[in-house]
Amino acid sequence: MTDREEKISELIKNELNNVDFFIAYGRGYDPIHVKPLFVYEEKDLDDLVMNIFCVHNNASYLKTVKDKKVGIVVKGCDSRAVVQLIQEGLINRDNLRIIGIPCTGVISIKKLKEKMDISRVTEAKVESDSVIIKTSDEEKRFEKDDLLADKCLWCQYPTPVIYDHLVGETIEPSRPKELEYKIVEEMEKEDLNVRFEYWNKELSRCIRCYACRNVCPMCVCQDQCVMESRNPHWISLKSNITEKVMIQLIHAIHLAGRCVSCGECERVCPMDIPIFKIKQKMNQIVEELFDYKAGIDLEATPPLYTFQVEEAKIKEREW
Amino acid sequence: MAEEKKEAKIVGFLCNWCSYGGADTAGVSRFKQPTDLRIIRVPCSGRVDPLFVVKALESGADGVLVSGCHPRDCHYSEGNFYARRRLEVLKRFLPFMGIDPNRFEYTWVSASEGQRWQQVVTKFTEQIHNLGPAPKREEKSDR
Repeated sequence: MTDREEKISELIKNELNNVDFFIAYGRGYDPIHVKPLFVYEEKDLDDLVMNIFCVHNNASYLKTVKDKKVGIVVKGCDSRAVVQLIQEGLINRDNLRIIGIPCTGVISIKKLKEKMDISRVTEAKVESDSVIIKTSDEEKRFEKDDLLADKCLWCQYPTPVIYDHLVGETIEPSRPKELEYKIVEEMEKEDLNVRFEYWNKELSRCIRCYACRNVCPMCVCQDQCVMESRNPHWISLKSNITEKVMIQLIHAIHLAGRCVSCGECERVCPMDIPIFKIKQKMNQIVEELFDYKAGIDLEATPPLYTFQVEEAKIKEREW
Repeated sequence: MAEEKKEAKIVGFLCNWCSYGGADTAGVSRFKQPTDLRIIRVPCSGRVDPLFVVKALESGADGVLVSGCHPRDCHYSEGNFYARRRLEVLKRFLPFMGIDPNRFEYTWVSASEGQRWQQVVTKFTEQIHNLGPAPKREEKSDR
């Protein structure tokens, strides 16, 4: 166990009496796969890890445990989801114990997979700016930045925005903010019909598993979700492109002004559909129109839950 | 016989108190209007979920028009203020998905503005005719 893991372990041990359980990160089936760890008693802590492979947004579980007292280990980006949920009154701050982890980025397994066969990894470690992955017959060294998840390359919130305990020193944001909407801007260089065809092609792969929705920390409707409701019947069970596009449009619209850019939707997509782009476009619009970013300020109101009589940036068409 | 333009499928969401009244005024005053618009009466522009618009467009509508009371004149005092934010976000979002933003407009027409309603409908219908029928999505399989 590293020093940091020891500290987290110690904190959880002390807090365990105050909560029903703790959500942290645990060892997976190999060194590069980490899984969410639910700590009910001290011995569960044996499996605890905290490293560059802790990709999950643990805040995604909070929507399922609304009335319980829960402890949670969050990175900077995850903490925004916690703030947003509290802000919307969907969870109660008093029921939460939060351990914040300043984070310099997490690995994208998809990026790693493109570079090497990861089926037999025996060891993985980080040395300053490089990541070393060992398998039974080779050892590879990568630049850390080449493997980081996209969201980490423009991260502005390396230190959690909300916490009870912070493990480690505060980290100042050092990544370029301009990169944030680069994936969106590149897409917008294309013509309208190219974009139309692009999404038809990408979304054709969708198998309607709803993983993007299930993992989304902000998709709090659960069984009431309009994607599965028969009344109103927004989408049918037909497997056609219209329904698949509709799913993503619903997700994006319901997240307008609420999405905290954790990128989980794209990470979990089994068909590798670049749906995070859609969310980022929505976030860009909201930032442009309302100077607002979700999950930063506990006291703020999501922009679509409120209005100004004279909107500064909306120029309605005079017809 | 003069060549007849094929009618476009245009869906209009009109608030009960202003725009629907405005359309009625236009009718009563016998203003000539294009017939492409199918009107759906809603209690307030604030009732218009952006999904209504998206669903209409995805289901084959060539254009969608939302019209409500002028800001500050909402029958429910603030419904159209919420609508304005939502619809503006939607309008800016559609082109990212490859949908022409000109296929969707939102505007304000009061119950007394029959003349204005006539202009709005005529202009929007013309705009949609210029764009032509909406492109159909087709499944692409590269598996």
